Amino acid sequence: MQTNALEGGFAQPAQQSALAFRAIMDVLARPGQIKDLSGAIPPLPLSIAAGTALLTLCDTDTGVYLAGDADCAAVREWIAFHIGAPLVGPSHADFAVGTWAALVPISAYPIGTAEYPDRSTTLIVETDALEAAGSKGATLTGPGIQQTAQMHLPEVAVFQHNHALFPLGLDFFFTSGSRIAALPRSTEVR
Amino acid sequence: MYVAVKGGERAIENAHAWLAEERRGDVAIAELSVEQIKSQLTIAVNRVMAEGSLYDPDLAALAMKQSRGDLIEAIFLIRAYRTTLPRFGNTRPIETSEMECERRISATYKDLPGGQVLGPTFDYTHRLLDFKLAAEGAPTSAPERKASGDLVPHVAEFLNQEGLIEEAPRDDTTPPDLTREPLELPAERALRLQALARADEGFTLGMAYSTQRGYGRTHAFVGELRIGQVAVEMDIPELGFAIEVGEITVTECETVNQFKGSKSEPPQFTRGYGLVFGQSERKSISMSLVDRALRWEELGEDNVGAPAQDAEFVLYHGDNIQATGFLEHIKLPHYVDFQSELELVRKMRREAGADQMPEAAE
Amino acid sequence: MTDYNFAYLDEQTKRMIRRAILKGLAIPGYQVPFASREMPMPYGWGTGGVQVSAATLTPDDTFKVIDQGADDTTNAVSIRQFFEKTADVETTTETSEATVIQTRHRIPEEPLSEDQILVYQVPIPEPLRFLEPRETETRKMHALEEYGLMHVKLYEDISRHGHIATAYAYPVKVEGRYVMDPSPIPKFDNPKMEMAAIQLFGAGREQRIYALPPYTKVVSLDFEDHPFDPSKAPHPCGLCGAEHSYLDEVITDDQGGRMFVCSDTDYCEKRRAAGHVGTLTQEAAA
Repeated sequence: MQTNALEGGFAQPAQQSALAFRAIMDVLARPGQIKDLSGAIPPLPLSIAAGTALLTLCDTDTGVYLAGDADCAAVREWIAFHIGAPLVGPSHADFAVGTWAALVPISAYPIGTAEYPDRSTTLIVETDALEAAGSKGATLTGPGIQQTAQMHLPEVAVFQHNHALFPLGLDFFFTSGSRIAALPRSTEVR
Repeated sequence: MYVAVKGGERAIENAHAWLAEERRGDVAIAELSVEQIKSQLTIAVNRVMAEGSLYDPDLAALAMKQSRGDLIEAIFLIRAYRTTLPRFGNTRPIETSEMECERRISATYKDLPGGQVLGPTFDYTHRLLDFKLAAEGAPTSAPERKASGDLVPHVAEFLNQEGLIEEAPRDDTTPPDLTREPLELPAERALRLQALARADEGFTLGMAYSTQRGYGRTHAFVGELRIGQVAVEMDIPELGFAIEVGEITVTECETVNQFKGSKSEPPQFTRGYGLVFGQSERKSISMSLVDRALRWEELGEDNVGAPAQDAEFVLYHGDNIQATGFLEHIKLPHYVDFQSELELVRKMRREAGADQMPEAAE
Repeated sequence: MTDYNFAYLDEQTKRMIRRAILKGLAIPGYQVPFASREMPMPYGWGTGGVQVSAATLTPDDTFKVIDQGADDTTNAVSIRQFFEKTADVETTTETSEATVIQTRHRIPEEPLSEDQILVYQVPIPEPLRFLEPRETETRKMHALEEYGLMHVKLYEDISRHGHIATAYAYPVKVEGRYVMDPSPIPKFDNPKMEMAAIQLFGAGREQRIYALPPYTKVVSLDFEDHPFDPSKAPHPCGLCGAEHSYLDEVITDDQGGRMFVCSDTDYCEKRRAAGHVGTLTQEAAA
């Protein structure tokens, strides 16, 4: 991991962000699926995948909430230099990043309005490991899933509650190292 | 035998080549220069700048040349170019009270500080074709006088001193920008004014005219119309002060409108406002009238159902680039949708016993 | 076109569009407002689809553009050339070779795979627009899931004509929640919308993006006693003999002569290359 705030962005922004976006879009369109996501080298404690997602999706128009350890000088400076996103509290966040323990309670984030359900926060949850869940994880059904999919989740009830709010609610990315998976509000969790 | 139509690529290339030839016209006649357009077709250049939302007379003139004089096409070229330009920052609001006026008239006072200045207006020309212009004549010049350099006060300020007109306090909140954010309703006045400043001159004129004929009448007087140059200033954080980055010509119109008063407000006049790039009188007056008509709600007036009172109607239909695109797109192939309607109509007629199914050619 | 960025749009605009696409995928069928940019082609020519494609394409993609099912229609040619110039992507006319397909008014006949993305050009994204012209009203209707007006309209069709008199842009309900406009595809294509590919919809002038993740439930609105009927012209293709493809009607002379051929030109060519023949091809050979 690098420590200089001026480094760790995309060398070829247009091409790299296009490739990164496709990985991000693919996992959001197929909940439970894991993809590689790299290109950015953010300072610790951010993972490569979380840093790449922020670099791809955020700019001066998006409020970013850094939760827990993610809210450190190195990350702040890196975001200020490469992304320019205003750092905000959870209630104004377009994106929030941190560990699950640091991000909760999720009631702190906007879930959109009946007329504009898109005005909600997307959470990037840093996890220790992101592996194919096999049959051990939670069972997912819904848009993007042909039959069912499996996924390890930090807990289940909170995602069930989030889905019950549909079309309002939060959308989640899970990142670990240079891997990413997603759980949008449309997914039913069992 | 039928073969699927091929050759779209070549057809497009040939069409473009033909278009270029037609644009140039008769090569025995000297080519029109961008400079000529810029300096001699200024009112059209102004319109392209205003509705293109880009103050650049050279580019506007180039667009007019490229578009063969089709102003909406020229506006489109400017808009499509403008959207690719990076934003370096925002200027300070221009101060029209510090305008160097070329023209300044008021319909509400016979005389007033700053005077009535006719300027370069068509108003009192007799609309007789000037056949002398068909021949290239010697340049004409107008008599000159030294500019006084005094500031020309706004007419509404005289009314304001007596409390006869609604206050229009300075508001330094950053206005919304519909070129960066999707239009959302209800739209605040600043957003409505931005949309009107970019709106088609003909559409705005028609809307304004309809209010005069009773579809949402607002009893407007032109309190003041002024045209002239204003400085454009930008704060430079590194310097800690603002510097002038240029000068632009604008037309500003402020109407004075009747107002009955309400429970909370004593009877007083209200305002409609128009501000447009360049010398664009018709557009700025139209804009003021439509602006005033759209303010019915905040002023507690009745919605009489007039088109010009309907912000959604006005804002969604005033942009000529959107309008002409969608209008003209119906000339693109629609044979898939048409075919599906054809089958449906045939089926319904068949079931109604109206006619026989036409057979395919065997 | 070295003066312009990869895929024409600047990076900030692409990020804004990408964020809208993600919201669209997370809320299938909901129309996400986005600050559509003025493009170098007119509104109505596919500026929404072009912006979505520009935000989606990578240098590794193979791009296909169809209009009315055909790769060779003038506007399809024009859009394909635009991306060849600005994004330097490979292009193809073969449906199975393409990773991103931009379309106007058709879904390809060949089923799409999980590795593909279908981008629709949308003129009027609001399915309720012709029943209620006000955006402020239709937005409320979607918020309240108040779709009675649409059902009344469809039912009035049935009572007047004996049929639902909508042949294209036939409204669908997505995952039991949002009523969505499928763009002006013929209703014949509606059942294909439950597919393995990602579907993205871009409406430039109306400033809306919406999306369907793979396998999203998409149901064409109907009534128990008047089930949805995805019918088409009752003919086989005159060139390749296909019985179940959508057909263009071509007037062949001024004596009422007409023929029907596949609107999906790639599908038809592939079938003919594989040896399928239609009645017209047989006659020509005889």
